[in-house]
Amino acid sequence: LALRNLEGYVGFANLPNQVYRKSVKRGFEFTLMVVGESGLGKSTLINSLFLTDLYSKDYPGPSQRIKKTVQVEQSKVLVKEGGVQLTLTIVDTPGFGDAVDNSNCWQPVINYIDSKCEDFLNAESRVNRRLMPDNRVHCCLYFIAPSGHGLKPLDIEFMKRLHDKVNVIPLIAKADTLTPEECQLFKKQIMKEIQEHKIKIYEFPDTEDDEDSKLIRKIKERMPLAVVGSNVVIEVNGRKVRGRQYPWGVAEVENGEHCDFTVLRNMLIRTHMQDLKDVTNNVHYENYRSKKLAAVTCNGVDTSKTKGQLTKSPLAQMEEERREHVMKMKKMETEMEQVFEMKVKEKKQKLKDSEAELERRHEQMKRNLEAQYKELEEKRRVFEEEKANWEAQQRILEQQKLDATMEKNKKKGKIF
Amino acid sequence: LAAEGYEAVCPGEGARAVPLSGHVGFDSMPDQLVNKSVNHGFCFNILCVGETGLGKSTLMDTLFNTKFEGEPTQHNQPGVQLKSNTYELQESNVRLKLTVVNTVGFGDQINKEDSYKSIVEFIDAQFEAYLQEELKIKRTLHSYHDTRIHACLYFIAPTGHSLKSLDLVTMKKLDSKVNIIPIIAKSDAISKSELTKFKIKITSELVSNGVQIYQFPTDDETVAEINSTMNGHLPFAVVGSTEEVKIGNKMVKARQYPWGTVQVENENHCDFVKLREMLIRVNMEDLREQTHTRHYELYRRCKLEEMGFKDTDPDSKPFSLQETYEAKRNEFMSELQKKEEEMRQMFVQRVKEKEAELKEAEKELHEKFDRLKKLHQDEKKKLEDKKKALDDELNMFKQKKTAAELLQNQAQQAGGSTTLKRDKERKK
Repeated sequence: LALRNLEGYVGFANLPNQVYRKSVKRGFEFTLMVVGESGLGKSTLINSLFLTDLYSKDYPGPSQRIKKTVQVEQSKVLVKEGGVQLTLTIVDTPGFGDAVDNSNCWQPVINYIDSKCEDFLNAESRVNRRLMPDNRVHCCLYFIAPSGHGLKPLDIEFMKRLHDKVNVIPLIAKADTLTPEECQLFKKQIMKEIQEHKIKIYEFPDTEDDEDSKLIRKIKERMPLAVVGSNVVIEVNGRKVRGRQYPWGVAEVENGEHCDFTVLRNMLIRTHMQDLKDVTNNVHYENYRSKKLAAVTCNGVDTSKTKGQLTKSPLAQMEEERREHVMKMKKMETEMEQVFEMKVKEKKQKLKDSEAELERRHEQMKRNLEAQYKELEEKRRVFEEEKANWEAQQRILEQQKLDATMEKNKKKGKIF
Repeated sequence: LAAEGYEAVCPGEGARAVPLSGHVGFDSMPDQLVNKSVNHGFCFNILCVGETGLGKSTLMDTLFNTKFEGEPTQHNQPGVQLKSNTYELQESNVRLKLTVVNTVGFGDQINKEDSYKSIVEFIDAQFEAYLQEELKIKRTLHSYHDTRIHACLYFIAPTGHSLKSLDLVTMKKLDSKVNIIPIIAKSDAISKSELTKFKIKITSELVSNGVQIYQFPTDDETVAEINSTMNGHLPFAVVGSTEEVKIGNKMVKARQYPWGTVQVENENHCDFVKLREMLIRVNMEDLREQTHTRHYELYRRCKLEEMGFKDTDPDSKPFSLQETYEAKRNEFMSELQKKEEEMRQMFVQRVKEKEAELKEAEKELHEKFDRLKKLHQDEKKKLEDKKKALDDELNMFKQKKTAAELLQNQAQQAGGSTTLKRDKERKK
């Protein structure tokens, strides 16, 4: 479609403003998951990111609680800024990686993510749909311990299992224990191992804007981001900053030369929050949904047939199956009808033949009988004739005899 | 994108408000969302319903400051058809995929009872297409070209009296399926005083017939006032024109009459500016949203209910999607099997019946021939009797004959001997 020229201002350029207005009215939601061993400063980082005490005395964080198994806990808070309302859900995973045997410690995490997708799928699939809150996990910050060497087997295992389900952003925690050089080496090693294991961490979307491209390239060079968090505000050179006080100085959270915290915050909150939600909705959730629905509709159906059917809606598929069945029934009906007709014809023919045969035999017998009758009549006729002749002859003879006797008697003078 | 409806929040549900000790930066979220929308592009679909000759095409051209295609249609269409055209427009950095759908032949038939049907079918077809995409297993909603009608401009003829019954019937059929914005077309044919009366009459007729037209939303303070005012000006009396006339030192869109010039964008002359403001500049996004969250949801709900889907089982436990699909599928499969079985049974029955029939026929045949056979046997017996009788007679006759001959022979011998004696004596 070629672009048309408009002669004069129409006004649909105002559409973005309308979208802006409506989105502010609706408010926003975001669910952020943090995963990592205890003591890596997850809660502190969240508080630093959102400049709030998410976990306080009244609402103690998971780190204060004793756990024997991996839990998944969520905290929901409402924050407002510049007229924009955000419902923020932080999902924590206390106990992760803390046990001696950590096999399957990722399972509760996977279950949580899946269950949120399932909730959304069910809500989306209802007949009566109301406005649905989006509780799906939009981003998972994975905390890597600052060993300086490389990824631990648990790190690799976790990221491999979750990269298809959620946007994974790996972070080097407590980065203030590494010197810049150590940090560089560590980062290189980690990225190498991520590539080797084909782990798909969150990728920034392509942009046509040159400036944005430059920015994104800079971020990419710094991955994975090495962060430092702090709940404490310290005064440094007259400035009030969040930081960690050491005898040898203050590690400033928001100082780009000290750590990548600002990069993380800007990327996570200020520039890519919406994209994280979109990727969750368009990629991870759709993956979950299509796998779930494919399992349902392929139940009991020949899998070789389903290859081409994943692009159809289950209703359309049922409709098609119904139509196919109707055709199958029609064919069956015609076939049965044909067989039926043929058999009937056969039977009828047999009956006809049998009847003809019987008729023939009957005719023959009749004719036979008639012939015999005729024969008998002829015989009788002959007999009657013979008899009549003989009787006539006898009568003549009798007459002759009588005449002879009369003659004789006459001669003998017996006649007076 | 933004009108997905699924981004809507129940704010603060289970969430406690916490203060921020500094600028976090999520107030950029609306901008992030807007940037994504702009990059993705927008789409808007308008349906123009109205009799031939009410200036629908001209109004579209005027609204969008461009000449869309199409020749003027004739009045001899056999039925109501819908012609759809899609255009790519751009203004500043905003790209808009605009689809304009026109009813062709509406109101031209002698019998207009079914006129609304093709319109309803068209609207439903777009809902259906979206629903099918939404229900697919592998779907691409994000890049789906939405063809659902976002706004229906209903063109009322400028009679000055009241709505035609065709208008009422049609709008009633459409009001639960699409946002209806009624406009008085070619309103330069009506005087100002007539127009006021006309608008009042139309509005009261719509109300008394329960027709729900689109109300500009008043829930957002930023636009509540202007929308509320504009709601009071409905239906908009419009004039369309792509011709330009020089007024003062400007070229303006107008229609020139001997008695004066009607300026399209002069709010004293007509409501064109109001329409443009409401339809495009203020509420375009709301029209899209209402279409998705209200009209489409209604269509979807009805369609699913029609197919037997429900949200809870008889025990009022909520169904999970999987269970619903599985249950539906099992029901469906067993229904098919039942049908198959029924047909087989029917055939078995027919075969049985026919066999019985033929057996009856066979039995009858044998009976018939048994009877004939019996008859034949009787005849044969009779014949045998007759034969015997004749043979007896014959024997008796033979006996008689033999006896008689014997006698004769004796007599002859005696007589013969006499005769022989005589003859002998004679001879002597």
